[in-house]
Amino acid sequence: MKNPENKELDIQCELAEELLVSFLREEVSQAGFQRVLLGLSGGVDSALSAALAARAFGPENVLCVALPHRTSARTSLEHAELLARRLGCPLRRVEISAAVDAYLEQEKVLDPTRRGNVMARLRMLVLYDLSVEWKGLVVGTSNKTEMLLGYTTQFGDSAHALNPLGDLYKHQVYQLARHLEVPHEILDKPPSADLAAGQTDEGDLGFTYAFADAILWRLVDRRMRVDELLREGFPADVVKKIAQRIVRNQYKRLPPVIAKLSERTIGHDFRYLRDWGM
Amino acid sequence: MDCTVRLSQLNPTLGDLKHNLDLHLREVDAARRQGIDLLVFPELSLTGYFLKDQVSDLAMRLDDPLLARLLAMSNEVSIVVGFVEHGAGDQLYNATAFLERGRVLHVHRKVHLVSYGMFDEARDFSPGAEFRPIDSRLGRLGLCICEDLWHVGGGYTYFLERCDAVIVPSASPARGIAAGDEGLRSVAVWDTLLSAQALLFQCWMLYCNRVGWEDGIGFAGHSAVFGPEGRRRAQLEGLSPGRLDQRLSSATLERTRVRTPLRRDERPQVLLDALERALHPPAPRVPEPAAPTESEPEERGRNPRPWRP
Repeated sequence: MKNPENKELDIQCELAEELLVSFLREEVSQAGFQRVLLGLSGGVDSALSAALAARAFGPENVLCVALPHRTSARTSLEHAELLARRLGCPLRRVEISAAVDAYLEQEKVLDPTRRGNVMARLRMLVLYDLSVEWKGLVVGTSNKTEMLLGYTTQFGDSAHALNPLGDLYKHQVYQLARHLEVPHEILDKPPSADLAAGQTDEGDLGFTYAFADAILWRLVDRRMRVDELLREGFPADVVKKIAQRIVRNQYKRLPPVIAKLSERTIGHDFRYLRDWGM
Repeated sequence: MDCTVRLSQLNPTLGDLKHNLDLHLREVDAARRQGIDLLVFPELSLTGYFLKDQVSDLAMRLDDPLLARLLAMSNEVSIVVGFVEHGAGDQLYNATAFLERGRVLHVHRKVHLVSYGMFDEARDFSPGAEFRPIDSRLGRLGLCICEDLWHVGGGYTYFLERCDAVIVPSASPARGIAAGDEGLRSVAVWDTLLSAQALLFQCWMLYCNRVGWEDGIGFAGHSAVFGPEGRRRAQLEGLSPGRLDQRLSSATLERTRVRTPLRRDERPQVLLDALERALHPPAPRVPEPAAPTESEPEERGRNPRPWRP
């Protein structure tokens, strides 16, 4: 079966833009802020988040932060700079090599997964530190595909105050990014977490985003069963792997579990929205 | 009914009664000055929608001073406002009050609470039990709160009761942005519902939805007025607060009902019979007695008597 085209996942871009700009404005102002910041990796997700934020708050109110490590691809920083320049957003560059390497060497961490997680979490640490100085909220860049697959670092890239991309599959992220004129240099390169040299998302996952989106959309949005997907001709190993990943990574999508002891417990029967009393 | 209605597409702040009351008072004041007869606010307009544990904190009885502020302004303009009602038996209702000439003329309690998908109303509210028409100075009106319109019972009741307009305060979330559709899917679905009920029940449909965001759920606005022939007469575009004014005329209602006399030709007894059969099916029939056999003559089986030679 060749890569699905996923035409059925196409969205109305102008409508999505209107909704997401309105979402960003209202949720940020309800929390008492007028400014935001986000990490720019040079990839399409953070580029789209930044483009939406620039439209919502004005580019001068969106701090783009490039967080290169010495092992990062050179193009990652170049593309982050290109995007910030195009949008007219201030760009701050914070090298994370010294801090990351100090820890990795001290603890002799060689496992690439652990090394990648440390980098992702250090980036989170910098963003949350800068958010105090900038007096702004951290905007997320995780899309629906990677959140459902659990292809994120918990408390790393998955940590943020609000996320305009969390209900967009990768296919839709690209579509909206094209609509918002994200530079083609960013759109054309293979997606990569860039936590190790030569790494690509699709190489890590063992299947393409086109398949992931097609399968996730059917299982989650359309509520189809695995056997229905197999009848449609999707490869059994990929469907099975993806279905397992959705279940196994539910913990990453929820706050930590709390043991109930009292009559009223946070997370169980103390039920209020975040917007409560804002 | 001949009057001018205004749908006030608000963005209430979750749980902030004082702020929301001020918002309402400003709208009422503007409507009064601009000669509006009927001012409609969305579902739970005084409280916000996803209340969860805030429901009991925000509930009010009908003599609440906050409602009194609105009542005091209802002499020239009739007001439809959404709130959490604290009932006499301590039930909490998702309710809408109809205020007119300083009186609470009617309270509609949402009958069809919505508890699927992102909704959980049945956990927090008690359901209302009736659709009762309102005899307003403007004419005979009905109220359906949001999900109430997904069931035909409300609209049909108001049709039988000869209501001229059904008011539909709503808090419907925006969803569905697929490229194959035109605009929000949820808005298209509401348009279909409103158009269908207007057409079938030959009344004005006044749909007032809210806007704004609560924890990542955006409300879809697109408040609209549908005429008694099922056509959309006016609609607010976009996702911002706004006001939609519409003149409603009796002549339109009369013409529609003369051309297609649905109410005259309606036969509620047929429906009533069907409901009787559905709700009260006849008791299962007692099985027939077994057929008599040669050795046991029928008479003896039915009417046992001591056998005599």
